[in-house]
Amino acid sequence: MNIVKPASVADAVSAAKAVAGSGGDVAYLAGGHTLIPAMKARLRDPEQLVDLAALDDLRGIIEADGRLWMGAMTRHRDVAEQAGRIPALTEMALLIGDPQVRNRGTLGGALANNDPAADYPAAALALEAVIETDRASHAAADFFQGMFFTALEDGELIRRVGFRIPKRAAYAKFRHPASRYALSGVFVAELDEGIWRVAVTGCGQEGVFRWPEAEEALATGTDIASVTPPAASLMSSDIHASAEYRAHLCTVMLAQAAQGLQ
Amino acid sequence: MTPMTLNGTPITVDAAPTELLVNVLRDDLGKTGTHIGCDTSQCGACNVLMNGEPVKSCTILLAQAEGAAITTVEGLAEGGKLHPMQAAFKEEHGLQCGFCTPGMIIAGIGIAERHGAGVDDATIAHELEGNLCRCTGYVNIVKAIRKGAADMGAGA
Ligand SMILES: Cc1cc2nc3c(=O)[nH]c(=O)nc-3n(C[C@H](O)[C@H](O)[C@H](O)COP(=O)(O)OP(=O)(O)OC[C@H]3O[C@@H](n4cnc5c(N)ncnc54)[C@H](O)[C@@H]3O)c2cc1C
Ligand code: FES
Ligand code: FES
Repeated sequence: MNIVKPASVADAVSAAKAVAGSGGDVAYLAGGHTLIPAMKARLRDPEQLVDLAALDDLRGIIEADGRLWMGAMTRHRDVAEQAGRIPALTEMALLIGDPQVRNRGTLGGALANNDPAADYPAAALALEAVIETDRASHAAADFFQGMFFTALEDGELIRRVGFRIPKRAAYAKFRHPASRYALSGVFVAELDEGIWRVAVTGCGQEGVFRWPEAEEALATGTDIASVTPPAASLMSSDIHASAEYRAHLCTVMLAQAAQGLQ
Repeated sequence: MTPMTLNGTPITVDAAPTELLVNVLRDDLGKTGTHIGCDTSQCGACNVLMNGEPVKSCTILLAQAEGAAITTVEGLAEGGKLHPMQAAFKEEHGLQCGFCTPGMIIAGIGIAERHGAGVDDATIAHELEGNLCRCTGYVNIVKAIRKGAADMGAGA
C-alpha cells in the first residue's frame, strides 16, 4: 500500500485517476476514522491512499448567500467550536463519537461515506445542503443514494458543503451505547417561515430519509405526538434494535428535537 | 523516513508510512506505555497527544503524523516530576490494573484543556465516552481528572 500527500486538489484528483485508470483500488484519506477501521477489519484494502491533509483550501467555515460553507476537511471538532451560526450543527457535531474521533473525523469523509447511522447526512438533507466537488455541485436530496452509496463518481472529490442557515433547527439522537452512532437521529429545521424539513438517520434500510408526516405536522402546528411514525417496513432491523423499536424511537427523537429548537 | 517530534525530541522514523502510529510507537520507538485495547477504535487505550490534542494512535497512519508533535504518556513527566494529571491519578486511586490509564490520562489532559480547571463530573463523564476501563473504575477516574484539571489550572 502506498500513500501520497498532494499539495493541490487538481493533483489529488489526478493521483486518484492515475491509479483508478489502471484498474487499481484507490481511496482518499481524510480523517481516516472510517477508512482505517475498515482497513483494519479487512473490509477495504486500497493499494493507493491519497492523503488530503495538505489541502488547506478544503478547511474553514464562511457564511455566504444564506449558507454556511464548510470545507470538506473541516473536522467535527472545528464545527463544534466554529459553526455557532447554526447551533443545531454544533450540537450535532458534539454528538459524533467521542473527543478523539472529533479531533480527526471530517465533514467530507462523513458525507462521502454515507453510513446509514452517521449524523451528517441528516443535517445535510434537512438543511438542503449543496455538496460541491471538483467537477459538480450536488443537492443533498440527490446526493444520498442508499446505504454507503452517493452520487460521487469514482475519484470525485468533495471540496466544500453549504448548509442553509435555518430560522431554527435542532438535532436529537438516540446513541448506540457502545459505538455512539445513531440508532435514530432526527434533524428538524425551519428553513423559512412555515417551511419545515425533518430528516431521519440511523434507521432507514436505504440510509437517510425525509419524514413528510412530521414536516406537515410542524408546518400546520398539529400535535407532533400524533405524527405517524415512519413505516416499520422502511426501517432496518438488527441485533441492536428492531424495526418497530427504531420507528418508535423516531417519534421520541422528533419530540425531543422539537423541544430543543434554536 | 518520516520526521516528527516525539516527547519533545525531533526524530525521523524509519518505518512504513502506512503503518499504524500505535505500532510504530510501541514496536519501533519503544514507547510501550501506549496500549492497544481494541481493534474497533473504541477503547482509547492508545490515546496520544498530537499537536496537543488527544487522538487514537491506532486510527492514525504514520504518514499522517508527519511533522507533528506526538506526546505519549512517557513524555508527560518533567524532570522526574509527574504531570499534574498523572499525580492526580496516583492520589485519587484512578487506576486498578492500569491498562486503560495512559489513555485516560491523555484524554484527561484534553478535557482539562478544553473545559478548564473547574470542569464538573458530568462533563468529564460525557467526555470519557471514547475511553473504556475494563476494571470499571470510572468513579475514581472522574475524580482524578477533576483534581488533575484543577491542579493544571493552578500551574501545579
Ligand atoms: C469510535 C468511532 C465512533 C464514531 N461515531 C460516529 C458517530 O456517532 N456519528 C457519525 O456520524 N460518525 C461517527 N464516526 C465516524 C466518524 O465521524 C468519521 O470520521 C467519518 O464518518 C468519516 O470521516 P473521516 O474524515 O474520518 O473520513 P475517512 O475515513 O478518511 O474517509 C471515509 C471515506 O470518505 C472518502 N473521502 C474522505 N474525504 C473525501 C472527500 N473530501 N471527497 C471524497 N471522498 C472523501 C474516503 O475515501 C473514504 O472512502 C465514528 C468513528 C469512530 C472511529
Ligand atoms: S486501541 Fe485505539 S481505540 Fe482501542
Ligand atoms: S484500570 Fe484496569 S482497565 Fe482501567
